[in-house]
Amino acid sequence: MEKSLKKSSQPVRGNGVEKRAGNRRLEVLKTYKLYIGGQFPRTESGRYYTPTGPNGRKLANVCQASRKDFRDAVVAARNALGGWSSRPAFNRGQILYRMAEMLEGRKAQFMEELQAQGLPRLRAERDVSASVDRLIYYAGWCDKFQQLFSTVNPVASSHFSFSVPEPTGVVAIIAPQQDALLGLVSVLAPVLAGANTCVVLAAESLPLCAVTLAEVLHSSDLPGGVVNILTGKAAELTGWFAGHMDVNATLYCENDSSVQRMIREKATSNLKRTVFYADDDWRLPDAQSPYRILDFQEIKTTWHPIENIAGSGASY
Amino acid sequence: MPKPPTPKKKAAVRLKFDTKWTYNPAPESRDAAQIRPQYDLFIGGTWQRPSSRKYFDTINPATEEKISEVAQAGQADVNRAVAAARQAYEKTWRKMPGPERAKYLFRIARMVQEKARELAIIESLDGGKPIRESRDFDIPTAANHFFYYAGWADKLAYAFPNRKVYPLGVAGQIIPWNFPLLMAAWKIAPALATGNTVVLKPAETTPLTALKLAEIIQEADLPPGVVNLITGAGDTGAALVRHGGIDKIAFTGSTEVGKIIQQAVAGTPKKVTLELGGKAANIVFEDAPIDQAVEGVINGIFFNQGHVCCAGSRLYVQESIARTFLRKLRDRMESLILGDPLDKNTDIGAINSKKQLDTIRQYLAIGEREGADMYQVSCPIPARGFWCPPTLFTQVAQSSRIAQEEIFGPVLAVLTFRTDDEVIEKANNTPYGLSAGVWTDKGSKVFNMTRRIKAGVVWANTFNKFDPSSPFGGYKESGYGREGGLHGLLPYINLDR
Repeated sequence: MEKSLKKSSQPVRGNGVEKRAGNRRLEVLKTYKLYIGGQFPRTESGRYYTPTGPNGRKLANVCQASRKDFRDAVVAARNALGGWSSRPAFNRGQILYRMAEMLEGRKAQFMEELQAQGLPRLRAERDVSASVDRLIYYAGWCDKFQQLFSTVNPVASSHFSFSVPEPTGVVAIIAPQQDALLGLVSVLAPVLAGANTCVVLAAESLPLCAVTLAEVLHSSDLPGGVVNILTGKAAELTGWFAGHMDVNATLYCENDSSVQRMIREKATSNLKRTVFYADDDWRLPDAQSPYRILDFQEIKTTWHPIENIAGSGASY
Repeated sequence: MPKPPTPKKKAAVRLKFDTKWTYNPAPESRDAAQIRPQYDLFIGGTWQRPSSRKYFDTINPATEEKISEVAQAGQADVNRAVAAARQAYEKTWRKMPGPERAKYLFRIARMVQEKARELAIIESLDGGKPIRESRDFDIPTAANHFFYYAGWADKLAYAFPNRKVYPLGVAGQIIPWNFPLLMAAWKIAPALATGNTVVLKPAETTPLTALKLAEIIQEADLPPGVVNLITGAGDTGAALVRHGGIDKIAFTGSTEVGKIIQQAVAGTPKKVTLELGGKAANIVFEDAPIDQAVEGVINGIFFNQGHVCCAGSRLYVQESIARTFLRKLRDRMESLILGDPLDKNTDIGAINSKKQLDTIRQYLAIGEREGADMYQVSCPIPARGFWCPPTLFTQVAQSSRIAQEEIFGPVLAVLTFRTDDEVIEKANNTPYGLSAGVWTDKGSKVFNMTRRIKAGVVWANTFNKFDPSSPFGGYKESGYGREGGLHGLLPYINLDR
């Protein structure tokens, strides 16, 4: 990691610097944009903010998403829901696994970004590996959690009655503010495994790997619009995440009781499900569980008559 | 007064599929598959010569030409394989964390997908099944099975709440020749996911894709000895079953051999699961969507030349529609294309072996002797190789041997019925209970039937459907234990409080 700063450019080192003897190549810097509907637009508002790393080093000029960006993202998520939720569970598992493959392949880039955002090298490496493993963990759940949470109901009448989980719908996620990559992957994966679509607000001060994760998703056969990632100010956007009438659930990951209360109140408008993961340590094994998938599922019960005109029961 | 003209009787329109519908040959290229001239035993992660130094030929049943030769494993080789599996179990596999076991299985799944075309070609070459089936069913389903069970490896605690899950140890697995790679996947994937190690014996007529799988396993860097593969005939299997170092036997094959196995392990602590024969009833009611049902019956009995333990080999059609149904069934049978298994148009490939062809022919003779009417498709039969045209018997008695015994070939016995109770009595009146089919437009009738049919799998308005997440296995003399889904983990674990 090069420490010296060039005055005229943003000192993000994610894309590498080549040095040759006596001939210094100017590095090409990445523009960090939003990810909406499978595309990488800038914010419609034209605003930006500049999060800084340790020692006050500027990370990048990042889009400061607006309420309008969020609404566009919800439209994209809603449009993607039908296709994503009707895919076979097995196929969703393959796509989550593909995301893990892509993430593994970009390990170096994520480590650089995590380090630029202040993590020591070893911890950055551990976090990227854990994120890959977490995706694989939930890839496996895609076609298994149903068998845990479904039932065939032994009703007294002559009916075949069964209950199965179905996705809640569009989930608005305010990602954990601390664990820029592992926290984000840990909340994203169960929502996707459960066949929901979502809009994510990246960690405000650590947004780099969220945008790069969008590139991973983009190259993993994940249909556009299933995940939409915004960067911006939590204080500005959280209220919209909780109040939007076409969002079915809101996930908030900080332990701020006044914000939690605000989310609950605003979510009342259309009875959004509100889920709070406060103080979770995403490095622990119990930070992953099928119950996190169940958090974003509805249970549907179907009744079907069983013809009972036959006189004899088969007793072979 | 002029008489109204008597309406002319319309001549029935007969469809001439055989003359009007021809296809140009569309053969898959054999060159896309690499087959070694000789295969050794895969023991402890390396290829080892059999102690007998003996090899036997594996042939292409469509041409009777030799494809390759494989090692004949004897008692000493079985000993070595079991020892390798035991060592791998104690030293590495039982201690390996679930997430890491999972990643190995995911790797294998991915590599099977990567080599899908090659595996499909070899499957069709070695076993005679149409490339359309090996390409679209056998190989993808095998890969999916590995992918599915990979995901369970680190989630076993959720599958069996309030119990601790332990592996059994070394599993001896013996698989049949009808779905060689798929059966290997069905056996290996859940065993490895639950922490067991494996000695697998493929069928003597179809060892090649399992040997290719051993190459994949090697390429995937699976710790040596976790999967061992020994080739041979019945006595190799018997040596494996009787071996004292085995904790578990998983067998798919005939009911006859299944009974021998159960007898052999009596008095030992070995656990057993058996997936055996079947004589599935495919029941068509008068309100069924007829054309859809015809397709389903065709698929039910002629899929993989009828070499399917759950094949719908007994058709029960309601009397009121029997004539129409049989006419449509014969028409559809005439349109089936029999020939080169590597041709992408082929519906019916070669019978797996001379021995199996002899068995089928014996049953054809029995059927005629017992007074049933035989109808065979009039398609041309290739000069070399083992072939049986799609065959249908009508006027079959419930007690006839062709209605009671598993033929394991493209032979359908047709019977009729009038009422629900009657067909349930008839359908359940066999020693088997693997699968069944019900065709009706009425959902409530479906559930009435599925509730009363004694079979491990009942398909309604479909047939021969398989999925890694869906348990499969038999009632009665079709065996016990389930493969697939959450239930498919149970045969490979001990549960403790």
